[in-house]
Amino acid sequence: MFAYIVRRMFQSVIVLLVVGLVAFSMFRFVGDPIDNMLGQERTQADIDRLRTELGLDQPFPVQYFKFLKGAVQGDFGVSYRQGRPVSTILIERAPATLELAFVSGFLAITMGIALGVFTAIRRQGIAANVIMTVSLLGVSLPTFLIGILLIYVFSIELGWLPSFGRGETVKIGNWSTGFLTASGLKALILPAITLGLYQMTLIMRLVRSEMLEVMRADYVRFARARGLSDRVINFRHALKNTLVPVITITGLQLGSIIAFAIITETVFQWPGVGLLFINAIQFVDIPVMAAYLMLISVMFVTINLIVDLLYYAIDPRMRVDARAT
Amino acid sequence: MTDTIETPPSAPKSRFAKFWDSDFAWSFRHSPVAMVASLVVVILVLAAIFAPLIAPYNPFDPATLNLMNGFTPPGTPNAFTQETFLLGTDDQGRDVFSTILYGLRISLFVGASAVLLAMIIGVILGLMAAYYGGWIETLIMRIADVQLTFPAILVAMLIFGIAKGVTPPEYRNAMAIYVLIIAIALSDWVQFARVVRGAALVEKNKEYVQAARLIGRGSIPIMFRHILPNVLSPVLVIATISLALAIIAEATLSFLGVGAPPTQPSLGTLIRIGQGFLFSGEWWILFFPACTLLALALSVNLLGDWLRDALNPKLR
Repeated sequence: MFAYIVRRMFQSVIVLLVVGLVAFSMFRFVGDPIDNMLGQERTQADIDRLRTELGLDQPFPVQYFKFLKGAVQGDFGVSYRQGRPVSTILIERAPATLELAFVSGFLAITMGIALGVFTAIRRQGIAANVIMTVSLLGVSLPTFLIGILLIYVFSIELGWLPSFGRGETVKIGNWSTGFLTASGLKALILPAITLGLYQMTLIMRLVRSEMLEVMRADYVRFARARGLSDRVINFRHALKNTLVPVITITGLQLGSIIAFAIITETVFQWPGVGLLFINAIQFVDIPVMAAYLMLISVMFVTINLIVDLLYYAIDPRMRVDARAT
Repeated sequence: MTDTIETPPSAPKSRFAKFWDSDFAWSFRHSPVAMVASLVVVILVLAAIFAPLIAPYNPFDPATLNLMNGFTPPGTPNAFTQETFLLGTDDQGRDVFSTILYGLRISLFVGASAVLLAMIIGVILGLMAAYYGGWIETLIMRIADVQLTFPAILVAMLIFGIAKGVTPPEYRNAMAIYVLIIAIALSDWVQFARVVRGAALVEKNKEYVQAARLIGRGSIPIMFRHILPNVLSPVLVIATISLALAIIAEATLSFLGVGAPPTQPSLGTLIRIGQGFLFSGEWWILFFPACTLLALALSVNLLGDWLRDALNPKLR
């Protein structure tokens, strides 16, 4: 057990170091930082002085180490475009993205599991078939078209919900939240649905197929023979055993939610980290891009690690495998 | 089912007749979904190829543009110029039908080239991993694993961003399409590499490979002439599904403004432009490109699903 965890963590650290190297190379080779910092009227002496000051005359590994040290302490340099420290901008933008991701993730998991169980139990029903057909469409529609469609129906035609922004936000310390105002909550609905829909259909289809498989298993038939109620069989026996793959996929989807938030945030002009990243690409704002890359990899690697460990904790068979290898 | 009980002809069959009688063709003739989907794909591909001949206007030739034609609704004559456009015009008076044809061309070109490139990279690396084993395999598959933990669209965005930073500003628009192809291809090769490696690991130990090795063929001919033809059918399935994903990825990137430039708009760029006019009621600028994209992505997707079932003997 211990050896497995240590090995998994070691792998994660290596991945992060490699991503750090990519991010650092971006700084080093994409555009010249000296060019960005000094104006037109510069002398060779200025350039040399700044080069020494920034440590750019030192060997590559030393610079890389310094970059990592800064990154760990949250120092990603100054945004070329906004002229402010990247970390400050990120902290400002993070609550918007996290709230959006949290709500859509919650929506995707609860609705996904509920609909999955429903369509598995009422396999022949009309409602279940309608849901399955619609979900097929949901998987093939690109996220941004779903967003535009929702805006068209609910903002333009019906005029019920706002089509962009976060509405009014309340500041609690450094955290600006949209949960506490009516307009903030209203603004959250459409983006959260757009972002969560794809994940919801995935979870739903997964739960459904797993449920159908488990319900054919012997222990479910025995439970039925023992005269247990449908409710107990469906939820205690069947659903519980479908949860292992569901947890894995859901965990991995959490990362995708953050990534797909880029698209949703652009459609709804949601002032989060994703929109910041897209603007950074458009304007070649390297420090912001590098910081986002580092941040998202830490997130992905951590999620993967947690999912693996969780898997290990839930499924006893994994422990035997891990010991064997 | 009268067509299946044909009497076998005594003369040797032509290639076409052989193909027509194969399981593969049979499965196609009995799947209405596959037939409709391939019909849509063929029509769209032909429309894209012959866009300059079909399109009533050249939307990128400023000489044919008339700003007075801007925002003409579909099928009704313009108030000033009395010209009629099948699918209306956009803000600059460009015929929406023509821009869709040209956009389709770029979307399909980028999607197909990206999948082709991803396929070449993936197949070569997958074969190498399976055939050589050892540290080469470990290195390639480790990179693949790490890349798989990140969503493909994010990888493509990052590559696009880095490439944009490296190219000098004056070449950025001209290079954008090629950068886009490379970005999508590099985000997608992993699927191919994994599938090819899996299939090639099985083939590698079969007698014909050992025989080829015994008579002294080099490793490269063995990989590409002997093993590759036997692992091609899963590659074909992955390629079709990847094509749908690549088209959507391209549209998404272009929609986000980190893909095809406004001078060479793809379907995604057109949707991005159209979104701005949705609020003022000019729905057609957005609606028709979106429908085209949807029809394209959906039919390629359905075709891929059918292909997967048809080529997989286990599912029959």
